[in-house]
Amino acid sequence: MVNSRMSKEIVINVCMGTGGIAAGGRDVMDAFIEAFRERGVDGRVEKHCAVHQVGCRGFCARDVLVDVSLDGERTTYQYIQAAMVPRLVEEHVLGGQPVTEWTVGPEYHAFHDRQVKVVLADCGNIDPDRIEEYEGVGGYTALRRILSEMSPGEVIDVVRESGLRGRGGAGFPTGIKWKICADNESEVKYIICNADEGDPGAFMDRSVIEGNPHAVIEGLIIGAYAIGSAHGYVYIRAEYPLAVERLRRALDQARAKGYLGKGIHGSRFDFDIKVKLGAGAFVCGEETALIASIEGERGMPRSKPPFPVFKGLWGKPTVINNVETLANLPVIFRRGAAWYASVGSEKSKGTKVFALTGKIKNTGLIEVPMGISLKEIIYDIGGGIEKDRAFKAVQTGGPSGGCIPSQHIDLSVDYENLIRMGSMMGSGGMVVLDETDCMVNIAKFFLEFTQSESCGKCTPCRFGTRRLLEILTRITRGQGRPDDIERLERMARTIKDSSLCGLGMSAPNPVLSTIRYFRHEYEAHIHEHRCPAGVCRELITYTIDPERCKGCGKCRRHCPVEAIEGQPKAVHVIQQEKCIKCGSCFEVCPEKFSAVLRA
Amino acid sequence: MKQVTLTINGKSVKTSPRSTILIAARSAGFRIPTLCYHPRLASVGSCRVCVVEIQGRGNLAASCVTPVADGMVVRTDSERVVAARRLVVELLLAGGEHNCSLCAASGDCELQNLAYELGIEKLDFPVEAPGYPRDTSNAMIERDLNKCVLCGRCVRACNEVQVNEVIDIGYRGARAKIVTAFDRNYGDSDCVFCGECVSVCPTGALREKAARFKGRPWEFQKTRTTCVYCGTGCQLDVNVRDGRVVKVTSDFRHGPPNYGSLCAKGRFAYDFIHHPDRLTTPLIKEDDEFREATWDEAMDLVVLGLSAIRNQEGPDAIGVLASARCTNEENYLLQKFTRACLGTNNIDHCARL
Amino acid sequence: MTNSISDLEHSEVILVTGSNTTEMHPVISSALKRAVRKRGAELILVDPRKIRLQRYASAWLRPKPGTDVAWINGLLHVILRDGLQNDTFIRDRTQGFEEMAELVKRYTPAHVEEITGIPAADIERAGRLYGRAKKASIVYAMGITQHTTGTDNVKSLANLAMLCGNIGIAGGGVNPLRGQNNVQGACDMGALPNVYSGYQQVGDAAVRERMALFWNVPQLPKVPGKTLTEITAGVLSGQVKAMYIVGENPMLSDPDLRHLKGALRNLHFLVVQDIFMTETAAMADVVLPAASFAEKDGTFTNTERRIQRVRKAIDPIGDCRADWSIIADLSTRLGFPMSYGSPEAIMDEIARVTPSYGGVSYRRIEGVGVQWPCPTPEHPGTPILHKESFTRGKGVFHAIDFEPPPEVPDAEYPLYLSTGRVLYHWHTGSMTRRSAGMSERVNRCEMEISAHDAAKLGLENGQEALVSSRRGQIAVTVTVSEKAVRGTVFIPFHFAEAAVNELTHGLRDPVAKIPGIKVCAVKVEPAPVSESR
Repeated sequence: MVNSRMSKEIVINVCMGTGGIAAGGRDVMDAFIEAFRERGVDGRVEKHCAVHQVGCRGFCARDVLVDVSLDGERTTYQYIQAAMVPRLVEEHVLGGQPVTEWTVGPEYHAFHDRQVKVVLADCGNIDPDRIEEYEGVGGYTALRRILSEMSPGEVIDVVRESGLRGRGGAGFPTGIKWKICADNESEVKYIICNADEGDPGAFMDRSVIEGNPHAVIEGLIIGAYAIGSAHGYVYIRAEYPLAVERLRRALDQARAKGYLGKGIHGSRFDFDIKVKLGAGAFVCGEETALIASIEGERGMPRSKPPFPVFKGLWGKPTVINNVETLANLPVIFRRGAAWYASVGSEKSKGTKVFALTGKIKNTGLIEVPMGISLKEIIYDIGGGIEKDRAFKAVQTGGPSGGCIPSQHIDLSVDYENLIRMGSMMGSGGMVVLDETDCMVNIAKFFLEFTQSESCGKCTPCRFGTRRLLEILTRITRGQGRPDDIERLERMARTIKDSSLCGLGMSAPNPVLSTIRYFRHEYEAHIHEHRCPAGVCRELITYTIDPERCKGCGKCRRHCPVEAIEGQPKAVHVIQQEKCIKCGSCFEVCPEKFSAVLRA
Repeated sequence: MKQVTLTINGKSVKTSPRSTILIAARSAGFRIPTLCYHPRLASVGSCRVCVVEIQGRGNLAASCVTPVADGMVVRTDSERVVAARRLVVELLLAGGEHNCSLCAASGDCELQNLAYELGIEKLDFPVEAPGYPRDTSNAMIERDLNKCVLCGRCVRACNEVQVNEVIDIGYRGARAKIVTAFDRNYGDSDCVFCGECVSVCPTGALREKAARFKGRPWEFQKTRTTCVYCGTGCQLDVNVRDGRVVKVTSDFRHGPPNYGSLCAKGRFAYDFIHHPDRLTTPLIKEDDEFREATWDEAMDLVVLGLSAIRNQEGPDAIGVLASARCTNEENYLLQKFTRACLGTNNIDHCARL
Repeated sequence: MTNSISDLEHSEVILVTGSNTTEMHPVISSALKRAVRKRGAELILVDPRKIRLQRYASAWLRPKPGTDVAWINGLLHVILRDGLQNDTFIRDRTQGFEEMAELVKRYTPAHVEEITGIPAADIERAGRLYGRAKKASIVYAMGITQHTTGTDNVKSLANLAMLCGNIGIAGGGVNPLRGQNNVQGACDMGALPNVYSGYQQVGDAAVRERMALFWNVPQLPKVPGKTLTEITAGVLSGQVKAMYIVGENPMLSDPDLRHLKGALRNLHFLVVQDIFMTETAAMADVVLPAASFAEKDGTFTNTERRIQRVRKAIDPIGDCRADWSIIADLSTRLGFPMSYGSPEAIMDEIARVTPSYGGVSYRRIEGVGVQWPCPTPEHPGTPILHKESFTRGKGVFHAIDFEPPPEVPDAEYPLYLSTGRVLYHWHTGSMTRRSAGMSERVNRCEMEISAHDAAKLGLENGQEALVSSRRGQIAVTVTVSEKAVRGTVFIPFHFAEAAVNELTHGLRDPVAKIPGIKVCAVKVEPAPVSESR
């Protein structure tokens, strides 16, 4: 069968992360399979054609992304839909000629060139549902070596040398956390993977689990071995059905291959992992709330100390590591602590995955070395600001992070620098803002989220965040009081100072950091009743310039509340008392007239 | 166990390493106000009223849950601390319906006391009570969640002390509230009306319904006694005003056997005491009808009846039934009376029922 | 209780049987639930009904009514078969082991399953749970004692506790929960036909002489008196002509009411002393109004033998007088003067004449009371009984065979009837039915029945039904409940308008004379429509 016209090794990879599937990935995959069945029948394809699903490769904006590899020579296509598949098969797979008009362009390469992929290295390359593929790229070799050659203490030493810090937000050194727990005398200990990714717009953890679940499992087993735990949990949001499904399948496979269970790979080490589904409360990402939730209680944080490493799940010493942290571990053991420590900045080692969103050209999931500058992320990887507008700020750290203004665009991104700027690493959200974003409104947006996600347990968070939101709301409505900025600052500081858990302690950050860098915007709202970015509806007035209006009627037809009057070919007028400031007229007024004015 | 030494407001304090800052400070004579703290319940540090400043720690710590440590330097009264306390109490006052003159708990309210202690006369926020309907679903517990400060004491009392597991905190953010399963009112819930929740509620959110507006704490004469129902022997306090029993409470400091816990009967079924059906005079049956009589009349008749039968038929023709409801003294006296006075051993009681 | 209530929280395993603790002893049930939820204790619940404690149980056994000896023997069998018994304890502190061990050999789990209906595997599991625990407690109440085999049931539980050495240790014990506030004290005080206070035998001449001396009477009656049942029988046979009933309402609480009512009617003279016009008081010639607990001083002794103060909170209502003062007055008027200035003076006398109360005084029990035996003022009291030895020296194992209850369902009366109480009412309801809160919760006699039985009988929830036994008939409201087990209905006895004791039989345990109220046979039918309103 080998002597055929077409005898190349054919591999098709289809992005089947949640983003890929949403963009039609499953149909694309089916179309390839169908196509090969047809072409195979007429004998034109002799060699094995592998159509693989792979996890997210980051550039979700261009989904469905498809790799066509012929004898290892890979071509990547973007925006692929099922209907396009026959042509790809015909021209590229069979004809050997890539369909150049569909291949990814320079942005795709720019997007990836500056990235350093450690955690995401195999996401998008291997089929997450097949343990053999993970093993094929070196997966579980680290675990096997550890179990046969290393003591738990040595494992901890390696992690400490690597400089790995928790990727869930606080950046606590992982090796030290393990050491404290390992030193704690207790027959029963637990290790928990925190996969309760709750920041809006964040999908780092989901992508890792969907794309390479075994890396997380291997990391968790290594951690369990290091601290002496026989019971592990993955606490994952029920809203991540695909990740849950792949994780469960991966656990079954790992069990079948003897990576989990009694006497793992001939050692005397027993360990197994349970999957616990979270019900979507943001606060359950907080480790003590997560523990309460696993215990069957309402997911509410508990006071620390005692810290979970001393008294965690069911009162036993417990290590909680984030998904990304755990996924780093197999690589650290494969490539060595020294190599890992060579990546990154002085105090922040390795890479960090970010969900890059907002007013940026290339949105998606990126992994960059610690210490990279904001500018490189925004302009080199992100391709710059949408519509080439002016960059204003970047918001990091999720809903309780802060904003870093344009003057600090050269800031090198690591734990300490972000905190110094009044923001934080968080789990890796990065929202790029431009000149059309109102910073008061941005603060209000994040406060809306945190105040409604507050568990309600402690007073400052439960009521304090709502009061902050109330004040922000009145400012955006032009009803701000002269002393509101001071009031906000005072309350925000006290809320940070007195809240029970990380949620309350960080919830005021968006307020404080926007006041810190954009005080003038607050002042404009309060004193001049003006929204400089033109976002806050109550502060905007739309008018029609009679000099420029040609009476085309487009604005009148689009106005949802019939607030615009005017006869054809005659000047139109907006009735202010009816106007709801939706901005439709402004949007639809033909550019050649530009008769609708916003002020 | 070795004692630890910490500094509180500049004073050196020695205490057990298991102590919390709150306990250590209070025993050293420093006042730290609290709200969600209750000595009978596990501390959770949720209200943040008891926050203190610990040197070297970034944020304030809830003293009720923070263990002491050797060398710790604590301030219980710094500006930061007071600012936080004030904010918390103002937020609570503005977040509910705390109109003291229209509240049965006035004078018996920890929130009211806190506002007073912190000198709060005016709120920086508009009052936004949640507007929950009042739960008037039953005759025992009146529940008004508009007055709830979400300290969670009732939840802990229900789940940790009585382990009835009827209530918990539900919903999120400022809409968080105490809920029964499916957020039903008490009357339609799984509640068994032990009233433990009422006993720990610091405000007017949970009140003994029948006792509302029947007296303030300082108007009550409290008499500690033993419950009259089952054999547990719970210690309780009968609260009396103007010669009437108006409510029954207890106190964990009474100790065993109940450590302040009661059940529905012990706490709420005291109204039989003043029930109009109570017998208030001796009664003598004449022609199958009872008529009221004086004690002398009745006692003479009893003496006559009993002595006649004893004299004619012998003492064993009399049977005496004592009571498992009466006191030891009364039962002792009754058997002594039966044996020494009547001259028979025919005495029994319903021990077997 | 051999142990204390708080001691339950130190048990590893707690076996609860014949006690619907959350309703009858709610505060004690909290200690049980805390033991389970907070300290990880395992609860073995043996109860045919799916009572609330079932939520907390690790093992739940549902025996057929009246088969307690059989399942307990089953546990003994499993423990012995698996070698889980405490040999040291058996050797040093007990006798009669061999016979008992021989007898329970026959009680294999399979055999026990045949008798009790409890799956053999559950017997195995419960046996091992109890047997393996380092300290295990047994808690029971009237569900164990109110049987014609009540004494056997209790002895069987004692066998179980002794077999595993669970006597005299913290977290162990055999712990009956006393149903009424001072039933312990009434017994302690000698309100029984055969003993003086402190269980001093009437039949013992030395004791009798000493008591006569204390009480300053020439002599005291020698022959033990009649029990309540015997008094009732005596009334019917004409031996007993007068009764003085203080604070009891047998006309609702006692079994086979029709029989009892006949007896009381036969009396020449009846005096009843109570706080309400009870069903019994209504039959009296003279009714004396007594003060309630809030209106007097005194002491109660609780189920853990703790003697505690009752304190006067208000003056007696109307012309009411405290029972002690009425009794003293009556005695004086009958020629035996009693002059006590206060209940405290009576307690001082009790302490003098009662060895186990020897150290009790009001001053002593002002704070947390004291648990008897407390023979001297210096004695700390006794939270755990039988620590070093049993009262009689060695503990005796009893080889007890299972005997079926005297009345079991048949074709005519096809259902078991079990009786008891509900959370919101207490005993004959004279107090709780006059409480607004309690009456609001429950104010009618509801019969619990399983959905299966209800469907078979054509009964719907809330419907009126007639329940009859060989002795009587009552009308009740049907409550289809998942608490009920198939084949058994449950009716509380608080309700005069539906007095379930019209149905129960008066057959008693031969030793303790306790009536077998918990098991009889009844039939249930829908009430005719005209009568239902």
